[in-house]
Amino acid sequence: MATPENKLAFDGGWEYAPAPESTDHISIKKRYELFIDGEFVKPESGKYFETINPATEERLSRVAEASAADVDKAVKAARTAYAKVWSKMKPAERGKYIYRIARIMQERAREFATIESLDGGKPIRESRDIDIPLAAAHFFYYAGWADKLEYAFPGRRPKPLGVAGQIIPWNFPLLMAAWKIAPALACGNTVVIKPAETTPLTAMKLAEVIADAGLPPGVVNIVTGAGKTGADIVQHPGIDKIAFTGSTEVGRIIQKALAGTRKSYTLELGGKAANIIFADAALDQAVEGIVNGIFFNQGHVCCAGSRLLVQESVADEVIRRLKDRMATLRVGNPLDKNTDIGAINSRQQLETIQKYLKIGKEEGAEVYQSAARLPKKGFFCKPTLFTGVSQSNRVVQEEIFGPVLAVQTFRTFNEAIAKANNTPYGLSGGVWTDKGAKIFKMTQDIRAGVIWANTFNKFDPTSPFGGYKESGVGREGGLHGLDAYLRLEA
Amino acid sequence: MSSASVSRLPGATRLPDLSRVPAVDEVGVNERVARFQSRSIKAKAKIEGLKLTLSMIDLTTLEGQDTPGKVQQLCQKAIHLHDSMPGLPHVAAVCVYPTMVSVAKDALEGHDINIASVATAFPSGMSSLDIKLNDTRIAVDAGANEIDMVISRGAFLAGDYQLVFDEIVAVKEACGDAHLKVILETGELGTLDRVRRASVLAMHAGADFIKTSTGKIHPAATMQVTLTMLQAITDFYYETGRMVGMKPAGGISSAKLALHYLVMLQETLGNAWMTPEWFRFGASSLANDVLMQLKKQETGVYQSPDYFSKD
Repeated sequence: MATPENKLAFDGGWEYAPAPESTDHISIKKRYELFIDGEFVKPESGKYFETINPATEERLSRVAEASAADVDKAVKAARTAYAKVWSKMKPAERGKYIYRIARIMQERAREFATIESLDGGKPIRESRDIDIPLAAAHFFYYAGWADKLEYAFPGRRPKPLGVAGQIIPWNFPLLMAAWKIAPALACGNTVVIKPAETTPLTAMKLAEVIADAGLPPGVVNIVTGAGKTGADIVQHPGIDKIAFTGSTEVGRIIQKALAGTRKSYTLELGGKAANIIFADAALDQAVEGIVNGIFFNQGHVCCAGSRLLVQESVADEVIRRLKDRMATLRVGNPLDKNTDIGAINSRQQLETIQKYLKIGKEEGAEVYQSAARLPKKGFFCKPTLFTGVSQSNRVVQEEIFGPVLAVQTFRTFNEAIAKANNTPYGLSGGVWTDKGAKIFKMTQDIRAGVIWANTFNKFDPTSPFGGYKESGVGREGGLHGLDAYLRLEA
Repeated sequence: MSSASVSRLPGATRLPDLSRVPAVDEVGVNERVARFQSRSIKAKAKIEGLKLTLSMIDLTTLEGQDTPGKVQQLCQKAIHLHDSMPGLPHVAAVCVYPTMVSVAKDALEGHDINIASVATAFPSGMSSLDIKLNDTRIAVDAGANEIDMVISRGAFLAGDYQLVFDEIVAVKEACGDAHLKVILETGELGTLDRVRRASVLAMHAGADFIKTSTGKIHPAATMQVTLTMLQAITDFYYETGRMVGMKPAGGISSAKLALHYLVMLQETLGNAWMTPEWFRFGASSLANDVLMQLKKQETGVYQSPDYFSKD
């Protein structure tokens, strides 16, 4: 039990000097066009939208806004490339192209990481150590499957679906592009992909890589734009499959639009995962897992551990440790190598988070925020805890998609399971205990696609990912991820 | 906590319930350590960190072949780290065998540098309690104001925690006013769980500092072991209100690694521990690497090691 005067002090003291990643090794064009049929082409409408740096609110570039006519052009290019080239190519040859993309991406990793942090606000430590290496790893992994598909599905004849329309979110821009494009290409499909409107730049850099890799024209087409462009892709009759990652709200609209069509789809949607800490857990390491679970990527993670369920006998101790750890989290310039929490992706998202902070207070939750000093400009949010919350509170039920953790306690194993499962979502979960048997029981009983034991937010191309209930349909990654891009004939 | 338990705990002589010590997950510890190592320490922060490192060093010689002459040299080095660079601190202490304490005392006369002596049948601790206590008294009587004792690892591994606890309590008493550093010899404890339990045991028995290693066993100090001990210190502080110091020893020979330790210290225990009063490096060759880095910060180029006195 801590006495009030016993408090560790983390503020002041030895200050780390700024350690910014340099930007002189990158080039961002003033304007980006659409990438259709292997060429950079102007949008039919002549319209462009701005993409800004969320840490400074300064404009980085202007990006083409694709209209229905542009989407149509892209789908036609993809169809031609599919019918004439890509589906006819020897699978081993397809694999070579995908390997080439992976290698070029690795060579240009530093450039990709810097641009990802500039455009999206995530700390350079994460884009450098996680996003970009994982994106390259996905291309490497699926390149290997290209000529081995029969072995993945013994006794079946795997056939590509055709043209895949893919719509990806702003939280992991390049990584989500890799999750979508790599398996689609490996299975022999061609692609029309739309990056999110707040983070289009690394996708446009990827277009350069794809061009450099000599991929046949039309195999990958990148169309930039907002929701309307996404809807044009979903509704286009020439599309055979839709792969969407984003909010449950938009996922529902897409599912309705696709009902009764021949298009197949995978949807990777929201989450409100429980991170469950038992009294016998390695508490200091569990606290590290809580921090990685909710403050990784500013909490803009669909599988974030946004609910903490902690066994009551260690609740005070865990919260004390968590608050001390939060005091050491550095919020600020995403390009600084010592930044732990970067900028919130957009003003709109910051407003959503602030709305929930208000709701939490109105619901009677106790709010704790670290003493971090926020930059004057840009979109930033302090790491936040809500304690004293109930299952019926909106901050416990709804996805906030920010660095905000709702803390609840439990007494028994069954109570933990009941609370963990009492959500419309089912994307991920975390269990912290020193007992192996408890881990196995937990993983059986929690209804979620991914459950981490004594760790959190770990990703690997070989591991399938996807949700139960309103967290989505289908699986991405691993062998399961191939299934979503194939028709299996007897 | 109640005031009654506050007054009891700092001087407590009861073996704590070690089953209540939190478990340690080695994979998680490795990940946390990697995060500390990914901190980028540059410019002013680097210079400050390097100077702080120098001031935290227990300059050590613990060889069977030590001579009075060598100890005198070591003491001179402790006082004059590199006089051609103004503004450098001196080290925190010199650390020698009991027979060399009087030599160090004479050599350090008039200087604010502590004299640490290993004792208690260092490094193995394989002797009777009487001999260990005598060893301690000899060192204290000769002028040591810091005693680095070793725990009985055999008894600890066999589960005889009471014996280990009682020995520390007795040595602490024999120390009188001298500060007691308790060496766990983590390289012989085998798991981080045992390291954490041994840390808790030592602190409850009265340790002023807990220390990783003798330097005679491999592995000596690692960041993983040190983090585990720092976290035990955190818990002890919250439980009792008493600050305990930390001394990683052995194997820390580069300035870069020392800076990683400081990052770990600052982000685990906070500002109050960032002084030689609460944190020490037990090292013999670290000082010169730090000096070389400081010189490089000043001039932009590395100088030959020959420009820095070996001892």
